[in-house]
Amino acid sequence: MDILAILQSDSMAFLIRQTLLFAVPLMIVALAGVFSERSGVINLALEGIMIFGAFVGVLFVNTIEQVGWFTEAYDWLKAASAVKIDARDAAFTSDMVSNLFATQGFALLTMLVTAIVCAIFSMLLAFAAIHLRADQTIAGTALNMLAPALVLFLVRIIANQNTLNIGGDASSWFMLKESYFGFGIKLTRTTKTASMGFLGQAFVNQVYPITYVCILLFIVMSIFMYKTRFGLRMRACGENPQAADSLGINVYKMRYAGVGISGALAGIGGFLYATTTMNCSSNGDVAGFGFLALAVMIFGNWKPGNIALASLLFGLLKCISASYGTLDFDANGIFELKELGISKYVYKLLPYVITLVVLAFTSKRSRAPKAEGIPYDKSVR
Amino acid sequence: MKKLDFRAFMKKAGTKAVLASLLSIIIGMVVGSIIILISGLTNATMGPKTAWEGIQLVIGGLFSTGRDATTGALSFGFNPQLMGNMLFRAMPLIMTGLSVALAQKTGLFNIGAPGQYLMGTAATLYIALSLPTGTGETLQRVSGEWVTHMEALGMTGVTYPAWLVWTLAFLGGMMAGAIWGAIPGMLKALLNINEVLACIMTNWIAANLVTWVFDISHLQNAVENTKRAYIYKTSFNGVQTSKLGLDAILPNSQVSGGIVIAVLMAVVVYIILNKTTFGYELRACGSNRFAARYAGIRDKRSIVVSMALAGALAGAGAALYYLAGNTELYWETSQSLPAVGFNGIPVALLAANNPIGVIFSGLFMSMLEICGQKLKDLTAFNEYITDVIIAVIVYLSAFAMLIRMLLSRKKSAGKEALK
Repeated sequence: MDILAILQSDSMAFLIRQTLLFAVPLMIVALAGVFSERSGVINLALEGIMIFGAFVGVLFVNTIEQVGWFTEAYDWLKAASAVKIDARDAAFTSDMVSNLFATQGFALLTMLVTAIVCAIFSMLLAFAAIHLRADQTIAGTALNMLAPALVLFLVRIIANQNTLNIGGDASSWFMLKESYFGFGIKLTRTTKTASMGFLGQAFVNQVYPITYVCILLFIVMSIFMYKTRFGLRMRACGENPQAADSLGINVYKMRYAGVGISGALAGIGGFLYATTTMNCSSNGDVAGFGFLALAVMIFGNWKPGNIALASLLFGLLKCISASYGTLDFDANGIFELKELGISKYVYKLLPYVITLVVLAFTSKRSRAPKAEGIPYDKSVR
Repeated sequence: MKKLDFRAFMKKAGTKAVLASLLSIIIGMVVGSIIILISGLTNATMGPKTAWEGIQLVIGGLFSTGRDATTGALSFGFNPQLMGNMLFRAMPLIMTGLSVALAQKTGLFNIGAPGQYLMGTAATLYIALSLPTGTGETLQRVSGEWVTHMEALGMTGVTYPAWLVWTLAFLGGMMAGAIWGAIPGMLKALLNINEVLACIMTNWIAANLVTWVFDISHLQNAVENTKRAYIYKTSFNGVQTSKLGLDAILPNSQVSGGIVIAVLMAVVVYIILNKTTFGYELRACGSNRFAARYAGIRDKRSIVVSMALAGALAGAGAALYYLAGNTELYWETSQSLPAVGFNGIPVALLAANNPIGVIFSGLFMSMLEICGQKLKDLTAFNEYITDVIIAVIVYLSAFAMLIRMLLSRKKSAGKEALK
């Protein structure tokens, strides 16, 4: 087998694309966990906030659709794929650009709304954990139970079924397609214009740009946590709140901020997950992704760099378990991973087993924030 | 005769715990009613009348007898079917509640009950359906002859008495749960890994493992071919729990003799925890692990045993539920965990971790589920509102201490006013 050919095969491009699809929500939600825990509040509610974020995002898209904003751009893009290559002129290109800007701007707007609503939702956890000195594990569990229940209750009333869908399809709304750029367009019944090539297939075609926005957000927020005064102060509250307080830092405020940012990021992760893997629908379930993100956070030892790597690994495993039967790297009709004969459940199990093993081996050197889970009490030294 | 001292009675810790639980229940119900009211009034197809009916059913759904045929108004009264179903649904809830409560007494938060429940499910079903009893309530015709489903599958030859298979399946379920509970217990005791994180991991490992086991098993229901991804009922092999005459008292309901076993288990756990040295050691570990160690209690052993017992109780809950005979497992569970496992948490919290209290909070939770079902059947609302109420109750119990503090503060404020 030619290694180079395999590395540039369509299956490889597919694998990279799909891995990013699973890895980026994990990454951003795990970072959400870091923000909360580093400020000193255990956030078990990541799963619940993701579920709520998915619902809020889908509901917002659904509502705006019914109002009719952006639908012109949507219809135009949906029809654009079928436009013949010789009919594409400068006017077409400028229309394409403006319509893509419109739909992608809409995606960003939805992300923003989701982030704000989920930050407010996470205040339920913050209030219980910080001001009422509640058991943070139980409060987090409560949110994990509340979110799916509330979402399903509302979805059933709004949509009269267990799933809230959007009117159009998520791919036409928010996905990039190679046909937008003049590639892979039908010329006759059997011939097409050239494909985008390996890099295009892996990183542009059938990719949601909000995935990249989330990667950018991940980087920006990581820098924010490590390189700004605010980030340093917030982390101090998770390590030694008494010392932080003695230096004039308001521990309560910092912890509220930590949980709020955590809620916003987890909500964005939920919307991203719903859009990219569930065709922008909400059914009160994110298939344990929030808990997997928790595993990523522990595996990454509460550090953004490690978390990015860990989420790529877990994303790859998730992707393989979902599509191992259809990957054919050298296009010879033999599905290599299927030939290995490993059950798909092994790939699904592995992330959790790995996390447990890593926990077992690093428990002595674990970098978990020292003061996480302990309510801050000014009077205790 | 000893005079009943009301004030001393109110000061007792048990009274305060009960009052705090009642208060959380009331607040939960009020929040649920408010959500129903708002969603009913804002929705175009509903109105104040529907909302009012919804609130009635959330509170009194257990006594619903449907709608009046002529007026269409809701009617209420004693409904033996719903009573029986409540007892049936309470059965696994009491067991998972006991599981969480027992671990909590040792200072451990057992969020792993769903995984332990699933492992119990797998072991119970595997044993109950793999050892042919030669009996079975449902028959099918194979080349002109009536045989049981199990025989039709080629499971003939040596047969075992049904009671033996039942016992083995029940113990097997407990065993599997115990092993699955012991894993986070050992990680906690030996490596000091947070049991909550370990339990979350073992939960999802169990979810995938169980799906895997049933995916490659011969136990998928192939007889009733309208069904996809279901495992045979245990009644197909004739190993279902005796109804102990309860079905005569509560006709047309799902009630099973297993509820008696669940209540007995609660009593046993109460006795172990409160009347034995072993139970004292567990509780001592829960109050202060290091002080207990100083007093000569083997704290590591206590933690492992406590988690194993908690797992066994959750596994027993699964065994009772599936051995009832009228239940079947949807085996593709790799993406979801059983809600009954998580609902053990509110059951235990409401009972303030008292095993006898768990019986009542388990019954209350299953009553809520029945109310939700009735809400779905009789109005345009749906059953998920009861899950919202449960979540609110859990949220409130997160600061149960605060509520209890407020309760006693109110008492003393009242005393001031009397002076």
